[in-house]
Amino acid sequence: MTHSARTGKAMTPDEIVGRLESGMTLGIGGWGSRRKPMALVRALLRSGVTDLTVVSYGGPDIGLLAAAGRIRKLVTAFTTLDSIPLEPHFRAARERGDFELVELDEAMFMQGLTAGAQRLPFLPVRAGLGSDVLRVNPQLRTVTSPYEDGERLVAVPALRMDAALVHMNRADRFGNARYLGPDPYFDDLFCEASDTAYVSCERLVDAAGGLAEHAAPQTLLISRHSVTGVTQTPQGAHFTSCVPDYGRDEPFQKAYATAAADPEAWGAFRDRFLGGTERDYQLAVQAWHKEQR
Amino acid sequence: MTPAGAGPAPKGRTVTRAEYCVIACAEAWRGGGEILASPMGTVPAIGARLAKLTFSPELLLTDGEALLIGDVPALGAASSVTEGWLPYRRHLTMAMGGRRHVMMGASQIDRFGNQNISCIGDWERPRRQLLGVRGAPANTINNPVSYWIPRHSTRVFVEKVDMISGVGYDSAAAAGPSATRFHDLRRVVSDLGVFDFATPDHAMRLVSLHPGVTLGQVRDATGFTLAVPAGDVPHTREPTDEELRVIRDVVDPGGMREREVRA
Repeated sequence: MTHSARTGKAMTPDEIVGRLESGMTLGIGGWGSRRKPMALVRALLRSGVTDLTVVSYGGPDIGLLAAAGRIRKLVTAFTTLDSIPLEPHFRAARERGDFELVELDEAMFMQGLTAGAQRLPFLPVRAGLGSDVLRVNPQLRTVTSPYEDGERLVAVPALRMDAALVHMNRADRFGNARYLGPDPYFDDLFCEASDTAYVSCERLVDAAGGLAEHAAPQTLLISRHSVTGVTQTPQGAHFTSCVPDYGRDEPFQKAYATAAADPEAWGAFRDRFLGGTERDYQLAVQAWHKEQR
Repeated sequence: MTPAGAGPAPKGRTVTRAEYCVIACAEAWRGGGEILASPMGTVPAIGARLAKLTFSPELLLTDGEALLIGDVPALGAASSVTEGWLPYRRHLTMAMGGRRHVMMGASQIDRFGNQNISCIGDWERPRRQLLGVRGAPANTINNPVSYWIPRHSTRVFVEKVDMISGVGYDSAAAAGPSATRFHDLRRVVSDLGVFDFATPDHAMRLVSLHPGVTLGQVRDATGFTLAVPAGDVPHTREPTDEELRVIRDVVDPGGMREREVRA
């Protein structure tokens, strides 16, 4: 994309969501209830964007979008809140038959993202053979090795996306981004396997050296060439974890899961926390924590 | 703590059912070499740490997140020695490379070791949606796999699983040589006993009963016909005094094992 050398690619979350369209294939980074771009997901919930194909190692991003009826098709290996094994909105939506599911194994998913990033039609993987993944996803094909072994393997089709949303600890205004926690998850692959990619971050730092402090260069996971827009969203992964900036908000996640299990309680939760802006959300969470003391 | 039931405890010791389960899980990793022990669940986690502290010191362990730990802290305590980095993408690669023995859970498991953690009922419109297949398809055809089932019942030990997540012996055979090449289901440990697939057709076989458990109890709690060894069924082995000390004082001083297995 074109951008000014001065302003770079800085955008607001609403501007980012303004680039998304109904019917798109959307990748969401993070893993389970870890480093999910929740501020962008909340911005998405405020928008009218719907009918999405979502590609995600699923957590509450999937729960929230499913509860709001935004998902037409979900590509995933699991959806979990980690410390709470089953995501209640995901469960309820599946049990209602709300969306189409493409259920892949975790390793198949990784190979699909890799193929997407490398512009390959597929990558072979042993995973899936003998399992019901091939039964329930009959579009999955197998491929025979052209070498002497002649092995028959699963050909995982590339996961190629219109847009990716990821959340990082630090970024500069050109989209170079750094994770400071122990696990990159697959966020760089999500960005590289997407036509456009948007990075939210805890702190936007000075491009002239701000990313150099206190961390080894291999934590610079995402490079600006694969990023379309960047935005600062402090506490933007809340209530999922974004270590070392903050851990998962376990009490709040528990409140989310409890509310999600009951339609009336969910209505109240949604009105209190998701009815306003991101700032309203963060203030409502702070107020909620004060009440719990 | 709850006594294990019938059978005299040696030297006046009282060994709980949970502790027999820990021993049975630990044994799964014996002789594994320099591989990653991936335990899922409390009792397998204690078992893996016990194995590393006693008969399999070469095992690799993780902190449950992205680090390989060089020490063996108590369950729930922080590790103070890091010996490696194992984020998810490397963990998946390690599983595909075979240098790992995972002990997974199962919402359903059948006589040939097919396991389900995805959903109950019809996949198209499940009666109960569970986690999804997660890494079970890759795990089961790439690295050794065992299972831990803390509540043995006919709801879990079923004739046929609703969605094959982890691949059993019959399914791997049907899928051909690429599926069987590294397929290796080692054992199933439940709160009642230990099972393997060492029969001519790889049907699940009872290996040992935990002390205090009867064969009738196991049969009643299993939804398919189990292979049973001729003659008396052995009991799961006793922990040594040192192993009991390691379990109780070093790895699980908080007694978390007794909350997972209450029998």
